[in-house]
Amino acid sequence: MRKVAIYGKGGIGKSTTTQNTVAGLAEMGRKVMVVGCDPKADSTRLLLGGLAQKSVLDTLREEGEDVELEDIRKPGYGGTWCVESGGPEPGVGCAGRGIITSINMLESLGAYEESEGLDYAFYDVLGDVVCGGFAMPIRDGKAQEIYIVCSGEMMAMYAANNICKGIMKYAESGGVRLGGLICNSRNTDREAELITELASKLGTQMIYFVPRDNDVQRAEINRKTVIEWDGTVPQADQYRGLAKAIDENQMFVIPKPLQIEDLEQLLMEYGIMDA
Amino acid sequence: MALLRHTPVEVMERKALTINPAKTCQPIGAMYAALGIHGCLPHSHGSQGCCAYHRSALTRHYKEPVSASTSSFTEGASVFGGHANLLQAINNIFTVYDPEVIAVHTTCLSETIGDDLNQIFDKARKEGKVPEGKTLLGAATPSYVGSHVTGFSNMVKSMAMLAEPTGKKTHKVNVIPGWVEPSDMAEIKRLAALVGVDITLFPDTSGVLNAPLTGEYKMFPDGGVTIKELKACGDAMGTLALGEWCSADAARWLDAKCKVPCTVLDMPFGLAATDRFIDVLRTVAGVPVPDAVDYERGQLVDMISDMHQYFYGKRVALWGDPDQLISMCEFLVSLDMQPVYVVTGTPGKSFERRIKDICKDQPFEVKVKAKGDMFLMHQWIKNEPVDLLIGNTYGKYIARDEDIPLLRWGFPILDRQGHQYFPTVGYKGGLRLLEKMLDLLLDRKDRDSSEQAFELVL
Repeated sequence: MRKVAIYGKGGIGKSTTTQNTVAGLAEMGRKVMVVGCDPKADSTRLLLGGLAQKSVLDTLREEGEDVELEDIRKPGYGGTWCVESGGPEPGVGCAGRGIITSINMLESLGAYEESEGLDYAFYDVLGDVVCGGFAMPIRDGKAQEIYIVCSGEMMAMYAANNICKGIMKYAESGGVRLGGLICNSRNTDREAELITELASKLGTQMIYFVPRDNDVQRAEINRKTVIEWDGTVPQADQYRGLAKAIDENQMFVIPKPLQIEDLEQLLMEYGIMDA
Repeated sequence: MALLRHTPVEVMERKALTINPAKTCQPIGAMYAALGIHGCLPHSHGSQGCCAYHRSALTRHYKEPVSASTSSFTEGASVFGGHANLLQAINNIFTVYDPEVIAVHTTCLSETIGDDLNQIFDKARKEGKVPEGKTLLGAATPSYVGSHVTGFSNMVKSMAMLAEPTGKKTHKVNVIPGWVEPSDMAEIKRLAALVGVDITLFPDTSGVLNAPLTGEYKMFPDGGVTIKELKACGDAMGTLALGEWCSADAARWLDAKCKVPCTVLDMPFGLAATDRFIDVLRTVAGVPVPDAVDYERGQLVDMISDMHQYFYGKRVALWGDPDQLISMCEFLVSLDMQPVYVVTGTPGKSFERRIKDICKDQPFEVKVKAKGDMFLMHQWIKNEPVDLLIGNTYGKYIARDEDIPLLRWGFPILDRQGHQYFPTVGYKGGLRLLEKMLDLLLDRKDRDSSEQAFELVL
């Protein structure tokens, strides 16, 4: 089983990209579990066709520690398993601790056992937790490969670089590796070139360039992934392409984060400043 | 074989390692302070283990039952925040145990997840969980900041913050005694009464943690400062804070917010510090020092001069809490003793400066460390021994290994009794300290004297 964690700046489209990609993998016949690590609990909405699911922590709160796997794991599109870790309301408690608790619980309940026959487990990690909970999915023995969703916007690239620092820390002591950057296009200037260059500076690759297409929003309104909503539109093929790229990916590296000056230099070279 | 045989003689620079700390958790101090409020149940907002440890730490020292409740955090509480647990706890406590006051202190966990006590208190009040006339107070006490002394000070400040000034000044004086024994608190009250000053002492654990065995269990003993007195402390004519670390924050808050002028003094251990305390008291009262107090002072001076030969030049190592150590160092120097090693686990560079200042121009060089530990203390002693140790029970390993007499003084004393009943503050307390030191020094002299030098009369 491959365990994959998706990181990226808040609002960059991690959940959307993850679920659409997972739909692509499911279409290819892969058995996938998606673990949403976000207190908003919206990481599996498109696969489940709605937000109705009770999160791991809701279950823990209501039913105590006597929880069973079927209480927290729901079947979604294409035979996927969907889990939401959930967490506290904004402003109280500890979101990081929530992620740690729920991943530990999934492990102890046997969600990752051989007998479950999973090909993939995807962790969709929220962009704005910066404590230990942020790193939980990449601690030793958990996710081995990471993809960072980014775009040609400066802050998204800053965030990607920062995440690489976190990965480097864990990669040196454990087995986690960076599999590549996924560019979720915002239609900025020379975006693909810029992200390709950033990736190569980080020692990795831009594994896929997902163009911007309003069909994604149309599918989202219908609580579906693009592939489920209308598998014939061009964007569906893009996600199939991304799924295939991940499935066939052989390039796993320990990233080399850039100094802030180098990152800014890169932005200047690619003309963002001229605009 | 020596228990601490692995302590090396060579002192090496250490940054990220504390061995045998000379401090403990903030909430222990907060809990002790809260027990000095009449009818108060201390409440630990965190997991059960914290509360169990803090209660047992106090019970082991004071040898009294220490009641305290806990928010009993579980995995869920640490994720979602502890507000639901605390609301439930407040309701349960007032329903089941009916205290006058609940004094809540936080723990590392609740501080890290960011629970806001005041917000939860507001909610409890709005939801009618706090019966009419009952009081909630709270203090933030994360143990990864400061020490038990910090926690004590934080809770004492929260007590001061209950003040409700009416704008009409009274003739009362607030005295904040700091972390001293119940017996010391009683002694401070006795001295103030002798001088004729009407004081509000807070916290006041006399009659709480040294109560008599009567055959009847009282969950809330008779002692302690009342909420009525605390509310009135904003109208006092002044505040005397004993000890910069333990008491000054509360006093300064009253000064800034309620216009109650404050004076921060050292804790009245030893001759000079007691003199200063008495002098401020008699100035407030506008009277000369009463004869009864002069008499006690004279007795202390008499003992000092009679026994000076045995104190003179004795090297002493001491550890404990900053306020106590400062006064004790001054006392030792005044006896011509040599406090050569001084360690506290509580952080504070000004502590080191103060100790050095007390020991300057003396015929010895003081080694002092704030945020230090017992390991360092032991290394210093191994390098150049001392004649006497003064500190809490944790020094008994060094005492045994190095064969040095130990005067148990400070917190915690886990293996000897009397400290709850016999004060060491004031002139009488000074006499008791002298008696204890002499016992140890002269016992040692008797043990080690040659046959020719073994004297009947000392």
